[in-house]
Amino acid sequence: MKFINYLEKIGGVSIYGMASLFIFGAFFLGMLVWAIKADKGMIEEIRQIPLD
Amino acid sequence: MQVEKFYYDNKTVKWFAYAVLVWAVVGMLAGLWASIELFYPAINLGMPATTFGRMRPVHTNAVIFAFVGNGIFMGVYYSLQRLCKARMFSDLLSKLHFWGWQAIIMTGAITLWLGKTSGKEYAELEWPIDIAITIVWVIFGINMFGTLIKRREKHIYVAIWFYIATWVTVAMLHIVNSIELPVTMWKSYSWYAGVQDALVQWWYGHNAVAFFLTTPYLGMMYYFLPKAANRPIYSYRLSIIHFWSLIFIYIWAGPHHLLYTALPDWAQSLGVVFSVMLIFPSWGGMLNGLFTLRGAWDKVKEEPVLKFLVVAITCYGMATFEGPMLALKNVNAISHFTDWTIAHVHVGALGWNGFLTFGVLYWLIPRMWNTTLYSKKLAGTHFWIGTIGIILYVVPLYWAGFTQSMMWKTFTEEGQLKFQFLETVTHVIPMYVTRSLGGTLYLIGTLIMVYNLCKTIAKGQFVANEAAEAAPLAQVVPTHGRSHWHRWIEKRPMQMLVFSLIAVLIGGFIELVPTFLVKSNIPTISSVKPYTALELHGRDIYVREGCYLCHSQMIRPFRDEVARYGEYSKAGEFVYDHPFQWGSKRTGPDLARIGGKYPDSWHYNHLLDPQSMSPGSIMPSYVWLFDHEVDTVITYKMIRSMQTLGVPYAEGYAERANEDLVKQEQSIKATLKGDKISTSQNKEIVALIAYLQRMGQDIKAAPKEQTAATNDGHAVMGN
Repeated sequence: MKFINYLEKIGGVSIYGMASLFIFGAFFLGMLVWAIKADKGMIEEIRQIPLD
Repeated sequence: MQVEKFYYDNKTVKWFAYAVLVWAVVGMLAGLWASIELFYPAINLGMPATTFGRMRPVHTNAVIFAFVGNGIFMGVYYSLQRLCKARMFSDLLSKLHFWGWQAIIMTGAITLWLGKTSGKEYAELEWPIDIAITIVWVIFGINMFGTLIKRREKHIYVAIWFYIATWVTVAMLHIVNSIELPVTMWKSYSWYAGVQDALVQWWYGHNAVAFFLTTPYLGMMYYFLPKAANRPIYSYRLSIIHFWSLIFIYIWAGPHHLLYTALPDWAQSLGVVFSVMLIFPSWGGMLNGLFTLRGAWDKVKEEPVLKFLVVAITCYGMATFEGPMLALKNVNAISHFTDWTIAHVHVGALGWNGFLTFGVLYWLIPRMWNTTLYSKKLAGTHFWIGTIGIILYVVPLYWAGFTQSMMWKTFTEEGQLKFQFLETVTHVIPMYVTRSLGGTLYLIGTLIMVYNLCKTIAKGQFVANEAAEAAPLAQVVPTHGRSHWHRWIEKRPMQMLVFSLIAVLIGGFIELVPTFLVKSNIPTISSVKPYTALELHGRDIYVREGCYLCHSQMIRPFRDEVARYGEYSKAGEFVYDHPFQWGSKRTGPDLARIGGKYPDSWHYNHLLDPQSMSPGSIMPSYVWLFDHEVDTVITYKMIRSMQTLGVPYAEGYAERANEDLVKQEQSIKATLKGDKISTSQNKEIVALIAYLQRMGQDIKAAPKEQTAATNDGHAVMGN
């Protein structure tokens, strides 16, 4: 039985995996930075909305 | 600023709450019934409608779309109004939404009982209902966004983000997965075939769990938990990270339902990586929920609402820990096709969705009726019976799944399979009985709740329009610190919709597009030919009876599966399968290579009385197939539809399809006659036998090199 992988058949398929991880990584970092830096007063205000 | 007086609409919430109670009981009863059929097949009463293959989709659809669906709408219609400080956009749309959804559920249940199904799990409803779902979903969307636009609160609280992501993603999943070609009023063929169909279906199936059973309920958690505990959520920052990373990652993980199948390897790997990553946002959400209660655990002891919410969130944590584990290839090799999967989904369904819904109901109803709960004690009893029910349900099934998988994979020292398939089934029957016991307890708990809530309603006074006051939205809002992109988006619902859509589209595209664009991705095997007219009828009967709910058609490249069923399945074998029928559970053996394994007469006798051929079998009798006639009137339309979908039938085959059908029928009848079985003209049983005997035959005719060259790169693996 010959061992033929799909990865060899689709030209440059590895780009999909790499791109997806990169897109997510960049997105996640951006969001993390924002969430940490966000204004405390505003966060507290939104946090209280359900209890208003 | 002038304060405005307005009224919250409680009436729509009330109707959805009633629907939740009714469908909870119906859905659970259907599930209990189906579960009993697995150890006592005769409880199907000998009727097609109540046989496992039809009861099971009725159960899953009733629980997912009727019980949880109405639960979502109940939670959204209540919390959205309060979070926006505005009445719902339109009372008429609310009404249309409610009755439209109930009509869909009723039609869905009836058509499923009648065997009208598209044959794709959790998307079984036929095309007219698919269109109705789309319309009602759009009505819901207009009503939700209309409310958001006329809101009096400038910030959009995180719960609403989850509702928006739910709305947009479910719309996308439903439309993409439901693309089908109508053949008759209640029959259609999936636009996709084989591997593509499988990938689209599990992209849908996985994300239906994510965006129907999870995100809206997380939104509800973020509203009702702070309400019930009377304290804000532990960390609002964490909830932002939770939201974006969850919706971003979830959409990629679908292929983990297809590990070791004929799906291309790269897609499988993508699914595994993202599934493992999913544990972080999921647990972030769970911890955010549980930490909200820090310092308030004394309240949990007193308050049934909080008890239900705590167990719900804990079950969410357990299920979302288990999910990524099940997505690991080595764990999946054991768990897949067994009852382990059933146990896993019921931790989610009974624990997370069920208990969260119960908690919300116990909290909502006394408030809307301006009274207190009739009996806290009864609610406590419900809590304990329900919890014991969950444990009694899932533990035996984990055990059954693991045991059965081990038995499948055991070889004797001589290198023979140690157990017949049937032995592995009869071995787990005691576990099936215990599971039904657990299910019964859970249902009893639900009935206690229904009683308790009815009593509460009886002693209260319903507030149909709840008065509230708030200032209208100011044009200029005070800023806190530096302005930022996220601040910008979190005040704008339409932009939030677009960004959520982009987040889920990226994953969807990268997962699906390569499989659709790259032709070499679906290797074709020249000896694989379209089904004959009779076989196609047989296949439609197979789909109608829900055979795929107990029998897979996918031999994975494991030593035991190859030894038991034959050569493992190749992607090229399924190119004419609209829809694919790989299945997800092996209550019975795999059928991918059943063709030619037994004589026609064996199938005839087996479908008439399974126990006569396989003593101890739990398969029900399909006695009606011996009376019903094949609907040859639609043969032409069936073949023409397949041609439209690209199945290469010879020119003019549709016109002479019925002649061919009669010819093949005669030959099967002749072999049956040889075994002293005579059948009358045009019976469904003969069509089904024709299909069963065709399965897996084509590849045997292929030259050896061709199947090797078109395989998906798996070497057969030991266990």
